Amino acid sequence: MSVRTLPLLFLNLGGEMLYILDQRLRAQNIPGDKARKDEWTEVDRKRVLNDIISTMFNRKFMEELFKPQELYSKKALRTVYERLAHASIMKLNQASMDKLYDLMTMAFKYQVLLCPRPKDVLLVTFNHLDTIKGFIQDSPTILQQVDETFRQLTEIYGGLSAGEFQLIRQTLLIFFQDLHIRVSMFLKDKVQNNNGHFVLPVSGPVPWGTEVPGLIRMFNNKGEEVKRIEFKHGGNYVPAPKEGSFELYGDRVLKLGTNMYSVNRPVETRMSGSSKNLASRTQESIAPNPLAKEELNFLARLMGGMEIKKPSGPEPGFRLNLFTTDEEEEQAALTRSEELSYEVINIQATQDQQRSKELAQIMGEFEIMEQPRLSTSKGDDLLAMMDEL
Amino acid sequence: MGPCEPGVRRADLGAVHWCVLPFRVLLVLTSHRGIQMYESNGNTMVYWHALDSGDASPVQAVFARGIAASGHFISVGTWSGRVLVFDIPVKGPNIVLSEELAGHQTPITDIATEPAQGQDCVADMVTADDSGLLCVWRSGPEFTLLTRIPGFGVPCPSVKLWQGIIAAGYGNGQVHLYEATTGNLHVQINAHARAICALDLAPEVGKLLSAGEDTFVHIWKLSRSPESGYIEVSPLP
Repeated sequence: MSVRTLPLLFLNLGGEMLYILDQRLRAQNIPGDKARKDEWTEVDRKRVLNDIISTMFNRKFMEELFKPQELYSKKALRTVYERLAHASIMKLNQASMDKLYDLMTMAFKYQVLLCPRPKDVLLVTFNHLDTIKGFIQDSPTILQQVDETFRQLTEIYGGLSAGEFQLIRQTLLIFFQDLHIRVSMFLKDKVQNNNGHFVLPVSGPVPWGTEVPGLIRMFNNKGEEVKRIEFKHGGNYVPAPKEGSFELYGDRVLKLGTNMYSVNRPVETRMSGSSKNLASRTQESIAPNPLAKEELNFLARLMGGMEIKKPSGPEPGFRLNLFTTDEEEEQAALTRSEELSYEVINIQATQDQQRSKELAQIMGEFEIMEQPRLSTSKGDDLLAMMDEL
Repeated sequence: MGPCEPGVRRADLGAVHWCVLPFRVLLVLTSHRGIQMYESNGNTMVYWHALDSGDASPVQAVFARGIAASGHFISVGTWSGRVLVFDIPVKGPNIVLSEELAGHQTPITDIATEPAQGQDCVADMVTADDSGLLCVWRSGPEFTLLTRIPGFGVPCPSVKLWQGIIAAGYGNGQVHLYEATTGNLHVQINAHARAICALDLAPEVGKLLSAGEDTFVHIWKLSRSPESGYIEVSPLP
């Protein structure tokens, strides 16, 4: 499997997360002067996005991210996004965080599947970065961070061969294997079937570098064409108009990875339908994960690079609900089936006093001002587990 | 059915291939750990070759890919482009690595073989790689490289050999047919709108199947022109 996949996975999932949060925050937007203390305003929204984006593109964090390494599990990665989502004054309940992660992963899975060429996943990444830059137009320092990441991506991926991109594509698809959560927007647009599988289009432009199917050419020993046959291919393809740009600025041509959410399109995920497929799903192994220690190290390194800004004084934290009502959110938490819940990683690491002290310190640095009504934080859970080692 | 080594993640299993040799059948598995060979009952492991990752840089994925049998040899491709040739005895575990073929600089994708046609100088093995390069070999105590067919910027994920005709499927959706003895391109098919996943061939009837990531499967009839002897193809509905 390719050891260069994590940056692409992380940045694209992060981009989707920002699209969704931006849409939800806008949907709950209240004009500043009319807002009550617990309601979102435009200023709050900009602040949340700024905080998350600057944490995501922090230099130390990016350094860790770009090191050659294997992909870890969906559960391990979710922990990183949960921490990221809480990099600001915003709070998410378990159910909303679950829904957010479901939407993020299904969206990127769709984009990877539909990439015409394996290399186009880089264009998808650039689309995400372009839109992220749009969110932080007023912050030159963060813009610089994003541009720097852009340069790193170009440096590392710009020279890879088609074969290496194919391996990256396969690594990503294995990560998303068996994920069939139904997303209302995809179902409405008919790009996803009721069983959660995506519809692969058989029409439209062919990838850049591919000919439209339907022609057979035959040659003699001298390389001269001696015969031509046309045949009906079955699809309805047209030539590719032009190649997307891999420069810092440019027309990407590809629409995958651009923001498909708008304010008036609330996006639902449906868990009950996909539970019908649970019988055929491979049971996630409950045996001790031999990679658990590596996963923990990976998390520690990544999150050690995350610099969360500490608020100067006591500030109220706002809760964001990804569902339409609080009752819906509670209901979702109750009905989410066992197999589909993202439990905290169950780690049986060896006794390593120094390591656990270091980890405890790193987790301690993440302590964000808690709202009085929240009894525990995710950080406490992981920390508590460390103490049990 | 079949042994499952604890600790081998499902995602790491590269390929599985029944190698039908004149006197025995072996089951060959490749993964990032190496190459394993089992008796045809699937239970008795007769050989394990660990992959040498010595030259690999930290960003290089180390794996084996592409398995084929010819005569009493089994050939397996690797990430470095080298093809490992194993000499298989009539029975028992005394399998030896007989040769490492150099010819490719990028990871091997697939290997195809066909029984030698009985005359000399006949190609009976083709190896393909990520750059689209094809190498044509004659097997023996020492394998001989007969000809090389350069790539054109896309991988060749699948290759087949039949009656001196090389069928190669490429990442840009094309299927090419080459004359194995000369390496000349005789047929170029714009077959698929996405990368070709696999080719398969029915040797008795000369039918070639191509499957692509565009969700289509096509079947082609291979033949030779009665006048010129050149390779021809016709699409089957």
